[in-house]
Amino acid sequence: MATVRVQEAPFDLGAEMAALACGGSVGGIGCFVGVVRGDPGTGGRALRALTLQHYSGMTERAIGAIAAEAERRFGLLGCTVLHRVGTLGIGEGIVLVLAAAPHRGDALAATGFLIDWLKTRAPFWKRQEFEDGSSEWVEAREADDAAAQRWV
Amino acid sequence: MPTTQILYFAFLRDRLGRSEECVVLPTEVRTVRALLAWLQARDSALAALLEEGRTIRVAVNQEFAAADDPVAPGDEIALFPPVTGG
Repeated sequence: MATVRVQEAPFDLGAEMAALACGGSVGGIGCFVGVVRGDPGTGGRALRALTLQHYSGMTERAIGAIAAEAERRFGLLGCTVLHRVGTLGIGEGIVLVLAAAPHRGDALAATGFLIDWLKTRAPFWKRQEFEDGSSEWVEAREADDAAAQRWV
Repeated sequence: MPTTQILYFAFLRDRLGRSEECVVLPTEVRTVRALLAWLQARDSALAALLEEGRTIRVAVNQEFAAADDPVAPGDEIALFPPVTGG
């Protein structure tokens, strides 16, 4: 059973793991946490924060479809995908992906699948906010498309 | 004739200066391709974005759509750049 949430609040990794592990059949939980990286922008501008926008309704549907596909492909006992929106400072968690399976192989593979597909199929957009007050939208990366293509 | 809602996200929202609008689709606009051509003809800011070569993706009723996919009056249509979440 997939848990999908788009939220402004930080997530509680321990609580989400505990919720997924209960039931007794889970043998392993794969985990990925995406974090705001303090990359400099063009011209060496220092990053202050990221602001994330989403398409309320479609975003939840798209993540739900990706989660259902992961559960089917990897025989998961459950998975959790939480994605934050709003303004996030450097070092804050942006996205949490957990995949629970009887054994580690499927748990780890499903975690990779979930984050790769999420990055190319779920409608979120990041804007970099710099210390000098300027901002710009992040461009999509071809490397993300290539990573998602591994699973097709 | 039901109106059609058009939503804009990310840099499109900033450059067009609005997040959504309601339009009445002309009867000849029945595909995503025709819709983009029609929107471009009525909005110079959107035409400028497309002329800059910016990639714009389209969703119809909250599903990603290709150029030849159908659009109909009453649909919820969204225009946005390639996604950058995660």
